Amino acid sequence: MLKQTPLNPLHRAAGARMVDFGGWDMPVNYGSQIDEHHAVRNDAGMFDVSHMRVVDLTGEPENGGVREFLRYALANNVDKLREPGKALYSCLLKPDGTVIDDLIVYFLREDFFRLVVNAGTADKDIAWFRRLMAERAPTLTLRPRTDLAMIAVQGPNARAKVWRALPGSEQVSSALKPFAAVAMESPWGEAFVARTGYTGEDGFEIMLPAARAGDLWQALAAAGVRPAGLGARDTLRLEAGMNLYGQDMDETVSPLESGLAWTVDLASPRDFVGKAALVAHPPSRQLAGLVLVDKGGVLRAHQVVHTDHGDGEVTSGTFSPTLNLSIALARLPAKVAPGDTVRVGVRDRELAARVVKPPFARNGKPRVSLIA
Amino acid sequence: MNIPANLKYTPSHEWVRTEADGTVSVGITDHAQAALGDLVYLELPEVGRKLAAAEACAVVESVKAASDVYAPVAGEVVAVNTPVTDAPEQVNQDAYAAWLFRIKPADAAGLARLLDARAYEATIGDA
Repeated sequence: MLKQTPLNPLHRAAGARMVDFGGWDMPVNYGSQIDEHHAVRNDAGMFDVSHMRVVDLTGEPENGGVREFLRYALANNVDKLREPGKALYSCLLKPDGTVIDDLIVYFLREDFFRLVVNAGTADKDIAWFRRLMAERAPTLTLRPRTDLAMIAVQGPNARAKVWRALPGSEQVSSALKPFAAVAMESPWGEAFVARTGYTGEDGFEIMLPAARAGDLWQALAAAGVRPAGLGARDTLRLEAGMNLYGQDMDETVSPLESGLAWTVDLASPRDFVGKAALVAHPPSRQLAGLVLVDKGGVLRAHQVVHTDHGDGEVTSGTFSPTLNLSIALARLPAKVAPGDTVRVGVRDRELAARVVKPPFARNGKPRVSLIA
Repeated sequence: MNIPANLKYTPSHEWVRTEADGTVSVGITDHAQAALGDLVYLELPEVGRKLAAAEACAVVESVKAASDVYAPVAGEVVAVNTPVTDAPEQVNQDAYAAWLFRIKPADAAGLARLLDARAYEATIGDA
């Protein structure tokens, strides 16, 4: 039996094509996923991301506190979070330096941090956190917020349309900076409005009581926000150069080989889970971008990439609606450089592709081109 | 589900229309295009290629996945719809207008084995 978000009946009523996404019955599109993609790049679209898990960590600071625990548990440094509401992207690592999950952590108060983790990994993440807490911070409390739903509203007009749809939101969020969040009272209960996303566009991710998620969804639709499915979500995040857990990184690779060195704080003297392994094993591979030069198909995960420095593999590939070309993320030997031409096995042929530095597109605009 | 009664079908989701000159036009069904999603790449057979029945002879690729297209009947490829390769979205817009290739059937027996609309609808129902 597939799990359903509170918005499931609305997706079905809208004629969405539903798929099994990690055990969840989710909309892949409501018609054309390319149209949905363009709606997000050029106007505003909304995604049901209620399958993602919100996890609240609370505990009195005098007992070491949540900050001290997260300083050890996460690869990025929560000491970067000083203003209440600020958010940080981080990997959660195993002691061997491989990736358990990637997540966003919000600092709300010294006794209250909120995490948002991936749907498919939520149970193992929580088990891991509980194990670490038992060792290091037994007085902390971890609370999975399955009572909350989450809607991502993304696109250049997303914020303005949220302000129309969610009464009171403009006052509290018009000055909100990127990667920051604010809690507010709404007609549908307490809402948590975060200026974050997974598309390379401006917008909000809004958490609210699951029972009232349909009210917000319908208000957003009435404000002109177009429903978009997992199909568009994937092409948007890939154009934006954002990794998908389970595809671009997992428990077999380090963040340093996944384009995420910028999220790993090796500079501070702070110890964290996985640090020793990352220091001991410098990366021999990298996650790079590819743009398909030859015609003849679409880049897809698991295709082999031949380079002058050895073989690699496509981890995520798709057709980019913004560039009108096929693009990919690929794990390649570290010596491969942007501008290099590589050959990719696409079905029974080898096609030329150019190595580029992601993102491919953001804020409505292409960021790479085949014209050198 | 849009399954015109005047066409024939295969269980692998091709539609077949017999033209006045005896050749058959082949495309993919509305059900197939909806399942694949937005098409972004098509690869069609060479004119003159001799096909066995059920031979993989074309590729339709969407944002999501690539899928082979199979020859509904044995015969020779006599035409391909080149313009549609530059605008694969035509297949999404009207799967029965956007034919992919035409075959001159080797014999009439192959055509007789194709499904009618009702039989094809039953196969999708089982899927």
